[in-house]
Amino acid sequence: MSGYKLSRRAALKTLSLGASAAAVLGTIPLEAAKHIHATLELEKFPHTPVAYRPKFFHGRQWQTLRKLCEMIIPPDEKSGGALEANAPEFIDLLTSENTNYQTQLGGGIRWLDAYCRKQYGKDFLGCPDALQKKVLDLIAYRSNSTPQTSQGISFFSFLRDLTTDGFYSSKIGIEDVGYIGNTVLSEFPGCPDPPDA
Amino acid sequence: MLLAQGGLNVVMMEAGPMLNPPKDYKEHVWPYELEHRGVGRGGRFLDSIVESEFLAPNGAWEIEGEPYTAAPGSDFRWFRSRILGGRTNHYGRISLRNSEWDFKPRSTDGVGDDWPISYKDLAPYYDKAEKFIGVYGFRDGVASTPDGIFQPPPKPRCTDLIVKNACDKLGITCVAGRRAVLTQPLNGRAPCHYCGQCSRGCISASNYSSSQVMIFPTLKTNRLDIIAMAMVREILVDKNGKPNAVSYVDKSTGVEMQVRAKTFVVAASACESARLLLNSKSEKYPNGLANSSGAVGRYLTDSVGSSLSGYFPQMEKIPPHNHDGVGGLHMFIPWWKWDRKNDFLRGYHIEFGGGPGMPGPGSFRRTCHRVEGYGSGLKQNIRKMYGAFIGLAGRGEMIPNKDTYCEIDPSVVDQWGIPVLRFHFRWSENEVKMAKDMQETFREIILAAGGEPLPKTSPPGRPHGLDRPGEIIHELGTVRMGANSRNSPLNGFCQSHEAKNLFVMDGACFATGPDKNPTLTINALAWRASEYLLDEAQKGNL
Repeated sequence: MSGYKLSRRAALKTLSLGASAAAVLGTIPLEAAKHIHATLELEKFPHTPVAYRPKFFHGRQWQTLRKLCEMIIPPDEKSGGALEANAPEFIDLLTSENTNYQTQLGGGIRWLDAYCRKQYGKDFLGCPDALQKKVLDLIAYRSNSTPQTSQGISFFSFLRDLTTDGFYSSKIGIEDVGYIGNTVLSEFPGCPDPPDA
Repeated sequence: MLLAQGGLNVVMMEAGPMLNPPKDYKEHVWPYELEHRGVGRGGRFLDSIVESEFLAPNGAWEIEGEPYTAAPGSDFRWFRSRILGGRTNHYGRISLRNSEWDFKPRSTDGVGDDWPISYKDLAPYYDKAEKFIGVYGFRDGVASTPDGIFQPPPKPRCTDLIVKNACDKLGITCVAGRRAVLTQPLNGRAPCHYCGQCSRGCISASNYSSSQVMIFPTLKTNRLDIIAMAMVREILVDKNGKPNAVSYVDKSTGVEMQVRAKTFVVAASACESARLLLNSKSEKYPNGLANSSGAVGRYLTDSVGSSLSGYFPQMEKIPPHNHDGVGGLHMFIPWWKWDRKNDFLRGYHIEFGGGPGMPGPGSFRRTCHRVEGYGSGLKQNIRKMYGAFIGLAGRGEMIPNKDTYCEIDPSVVDQWGIPVLRFHFRWSENEVKMAKDMQETFREIILAAGGEPLPKTSPPGRPHGLDRPGEIIHELGTVRMGANSRNSPLNGFCQSHEAKNLFVMDGACFATGPDKNPTLTINALAWRASEYLLDEAQKGNL
């Protein structure tokens, strides 16, 4: 998988190529090499989790957001889920800075709770797993749109977008889909297995 | 660069800050290393095209305190980058030569005006520009897009092979891409290291940006001074109407300053250059400097853009691999129907890309919308469909029309007190027909490649998925060159017909906006104009 990845030393060598001979550009390749060097170093340090204090969603709303994120992208045999990827934190940060998000997501969670209370006598978090799943099975598909559910479907679609945004921009999510790259190659190998067309 | 090397003392006025690539470029940074993961405060870049925290600084559709306006009924978006090197820090680097008939549209189809120069005049300067900035490509002999001096192109990605196979079946020309990225060392610049992040700026200067490849090296001549944070207000003239100074605001201090000079080269980007001339009013030039023709601000065009994406299940079977490449197209479709009669005049080319790139915010919204649901099913679908989409985008020639131009807004100034531009824009029937042809071709290619075209919605006023005016960021023509000084402000050397010591050397000088991405032609025109300027300066004609 990482067969094409250059060693740091090779990267340095490639990028400083011609630095001494380069009357025109002088320092740039060398600076570049240092930067790449630093970046490759950086990759080796895992991010240390810092206790997060929600900026917009509080109390039960924060718990509900976390629960929904976890249900949208749960951990499985291959990788962790939205919670490990800090998707709720990402969503909370953006929402704290965006009044449209505050209305759509804050209001959306209230809609969800009101719907659950009316149907099952409890808010979403208060419902047992089976009922939570039943509600999401309803609002996760456009084809279930009725005058009773359409706002919930819009809300869920938006939250699903943001949850996947948060998850697949994390280290866990990027590895989950199997992205290989963001590295330094001496040569681009092309398509390994030309597709039929 | 050429002017300083030629012995002139040059002062460059930059409306933004200086650039420090290792600090300012976000090459190799992962989304999770940024607090907002690239989408900015409040996710403001999630719904924006082009803009991102990763984009090499600092392009934006809106700049606080420096607005522009659109006339009622018009829509125009103006992308500006106020930093040394401007948009060349992050642009797409596609480098195509105009063809012989691109310079002679009137002689070819009877519409519009010819350029005052021909392909033959510019060809030696295309050579010089390509040799200097470094362009990869292959001499495919496509008449609509002349061959240049190329470094070897990168190997095709899987997505390229899929599209290429389909094009072969359909008789559509599909050839190696042409971009200003090094695949071999050049003048001390290292070749590409294939991280696929050209738009973030390249710290090793393996792609072309004017900042790294031209401006920094020119500083070593000691004949170039750069005044950063200098917002130019106007070009001043002496009592005979000859330009003799530039007045500007130092943005860092708010102090009004002036620089005196013998010769003036305006290259602030097409619309900004027009704005400067229009704002430079004097007794001799009541309608703006070098604007007795009234043509400054007129003949504005942007490329005709329309796009369509497809889903290609065969991509799912390809084993995971590094697909990054050179950070732009490895192959493209040059205008291939130049030899037949079409429903519209002029032509377009097709750029395409997709496949398993670096994921980030927004990457899987399309999949979410397609498969819906949630939970492990959603996760598996995203995993399966990752990298299985290819997008095709047309870039075509817009014919200038009288309803499309920019002018000075009579009532709005920016925070520096400089009157701002007001845009008028209308797509004509020719552009609409061209976009229709693009959409039909995209569908044919996607289907022939075994893909499934995704649904495309066309908002009101933009049939066939026409992009919003300005969004292709190829504004051109606002201070055009032409043989006739009554309808063209400049001659073929980018020199004002009226004020001989005034040159406009950016996209403003284009007489028409062929389908070719403009930067290479800007470089060639500026090279030619600079040699002429040096020559004229030596003769004492300026």
